[in-house]
Amino acid sequence: MIDILDSVIGKFKMTNEGILFTQITVGDSLPKLEIDITTTLVILGALASRDWQPQHHDKVFAEERNGTRDIFLNTNHNAAMIERYITDWTGVMGRLGKIRFSMLTPVFPGDKLRFSGEVVRSHDTQMDFGWVDIAIVMSVDGKPCSKGVVRVAVPGSKEANPWRIDAEFWNPDFLALKEAS
Amino acid sequence: MITNTKEQQSSQSIVADMMGKKYYEFESDIVVDSTSIRSICAASYNVNPLFWDESVAEAIVGACIAPPSSVSAWLRPHFWSPTVNDNARALKLHFDLKERFGVPEGVMVDNELTMFTPVRTGERLRTYQTLRSVSEEKQVKLGLGRFWVIDVVIENLAGERCAIDRYTGLGYRKIQNDE
Repeated sequence: MIDILDSVIGKFKMTNEGILFTQITVGDSLPKLEIDITTTLVILGALASRDWQPQHHDKVFAEERNGTRDIFLNTNHNAAMIERYITDWTGVMGRLGKIRFSMLTPVFPGDKLRFSGEVVRSHDTQMDFGWVDIAIVMSVDGKPCSKGVVRVAVPGSKEANPWRIDAEFWNPDFLALKEAS
Repeated sequence: MITNTKEQQSSQSIVADMMGKKYYEFESDIVVDSTSIRSICAASYNVNPLFWDESVAEAIVGACIAPPSSVSAWLRPHFWSPTVNDNARALKLHFDLKERFGVPEGVMVDNELTMFTPVRTGERLRTYQTLRSVSEEKQVKLGLGRFWVIDVVIENLAGERCAIDRYTGLGYRKIQNDE
């Protein structure tokens, strides 16, 4: 398994080789990320998630019906962005258990979307993986546009693999998500 | 704000009538496929090789899978299809609630997705929706409306639970400038 990862890390331009639960401490910050939002990206995200609501691809509709200045990211696209941000940090062994977020203001083409995250809880399952809750903020021009918390399973050792945990032991609901401070 | 007792009773009866029931059970005809998975990843510049390299996915997960956060996408119908399945409309319960409460506008304000068995390529999914709660009428920035919480339960055809997608929606009426 490690051999396969070694062979693809360069190919896929991954930012790190993965993190272990033992390397994580509450209060750790995730590396920041910026994504330039374009019209194409907004429409691609909406259509890829089969969201045909016009406010995600029709500017006139968005202006006239939603009162917004342009089309904006849909819910699934926000979630996909968050997943990408988290697994950039965990590496491929990170397995998402839960995502909760609130969209405070729409994200439009032309916005530079900035991501930040902080570990707010860690829980060792004693099964060679741990649950980590991460408070995330997505912001544009310094103003938060989405806030949320993600729970991700992280391996406890290089041999561990959260993707192979039996369903009976996979319990992302073991505790309510930790709120950001 | 609601001040009329008759209206209050009406709202309460709508909620009582709708809570705890399974709505819009349906089996999607969308087959999870790698091309769509890669479009989803492209929209967030997601480099995770689980979704781009079959050998990595097989070695780590034992199958090619979709990004867990994308699970609800596999329940949504094509933009057009020669066959009709009205239950396939995304979050149809949200639109029903708008109609029942007589509010023309609606947005999703909060989403909590809990992920269980990964969704594999070649699979199809089935789902149903349930109403968990409805708030009292409230004045918010967008207008006058109510918040409601809807669970979308998602399973594969083997009956394994893949996810529960919990949405908080707001149904509202815009405030006119001359009001």
